[in-house]
Amino acid sequence: MRNERTTPEVNAGSMADIAFLLLIFFLVTTSIENDKGFNRMLPPEKIERTVDIKTRNLFEVSINHQDQLMVEGDILALSDLRDKVIAFIDNGGIPEGQPGFCSYCKGLGKPTSSDNPDKAIISLKTSRNSNYSFYVAVQNEIIGAYNVLRNREGQKLFGEDYVSMVAKYNTSESTAIQKAELKKKIEILRARIPQKLVEPETVNLNP
Amino acid sequence: MLQLKRDKRLKLPEVSTASLPDIVFILLFFFMTVTTIKNQQIMVENNLPLANETEQLNKKDRIIEIFIGQIKSEHTSLGQTMVQLQLDDRLVDMDEIGHQALMALNTMPEHIRKTAIVSIKADHKVKMGVIADVKKQLRTVNLLKINYTTVEGSVFQDF
Repeated sequence: MRNERTTPEVNAGSMADIAFLLLIFFLVTTSIENDKGFNRMLPPEKIERTVDIKTRNLFEVSINHQDQLMVEGDILALSDLRDKVIAFIDNGGIPEGQPGFCSYCKGLGKPTSSDNPDKAIISLKTSRNSNYSFYVAVQNEIIGAYNVLRNREGQKLFGEDYVSMVAKYNTSESTAIQKAELKKKIEILRARIPQKLVEPETVNLNP
Repeated sequence: MLQLKRDKRLKLPEVSTASLPDIVFILLFFFMTVTTIKNQQIMVENNLPLANETEQLNKKDRIIEIFIGQIKSEHTSLGQTMVQLQLDDRLVDMDEIGHQALMALNTMPEHIRKTAIVSIKADHKVKMGVIADVKKQLRTVNLLKINYTTVEGSVFQDF
């Protein structure tokens, strides 16, 4: 008699409902964070040596307290900034055959603009009262200009955009071998078009 | 006649829902693993500026977040109604931020400290003077890798 008594089966029908409830809870609380931004490197606090820069190799951008842009002494609209920066970096002012000649530059080669991308430095000055959003917009355009040139070189050398290479490098899906390869390519492009952005101490133009 | 009979037999069988719990469980596990329940209250206004030439900021474990913005009205009793910095879940004074950022760095495992990034999450209305002061502070404590965290969007929307 005793042996015939078996434990009754637990009804699993409500399992789905419980799982659903939990699912809904996690759906609601989840916020898949996907932060994006500009990575920048600040200069170290103490800079021992100073370098003389030729004026033609320096591209001066300043933002005033009314969020207006001054580029190389002229007021400029934000939408025109990218093309100006591209023209400056890609200028290749040194004539063929001389040291520092830029073989891959496609610019106009003006003697008044930068020698080669390695020499080209962009200076971004801001007023203490300018808005952060405008500063970000200006940075966006400058970085965009570098990306355009790096994409061009990437297409020429490897048949792939620089931006997509960086994106691939950052995903976890690529294998270690792929990443090492991508890193090499990215470094070649970065050496061709190095990002040189200096930010002098902000000045209070409107006390 | 024959046609009609066959039609009756071909009535669609009911879809089995036996695998439904399994599907739900898989979804559940997916969301359980990707969820990060953040117990952080942002006490300052934080509408990030727009930008589109950005890079992904992954590797969550090596990021020190600094929120910058006008203090929210419900927290005004804590201090003044001005631009404030927030690190973790407390408000920090400007001249303390370098020190506090270093403290946050010290809580990280040692092998990732060198690659730590300070993510500056500043409200779009913040003035550059504040940002410049923060950068100056970070330079004094040698935290040089920074990230201006933004939201995807066109920069020409506002200007």
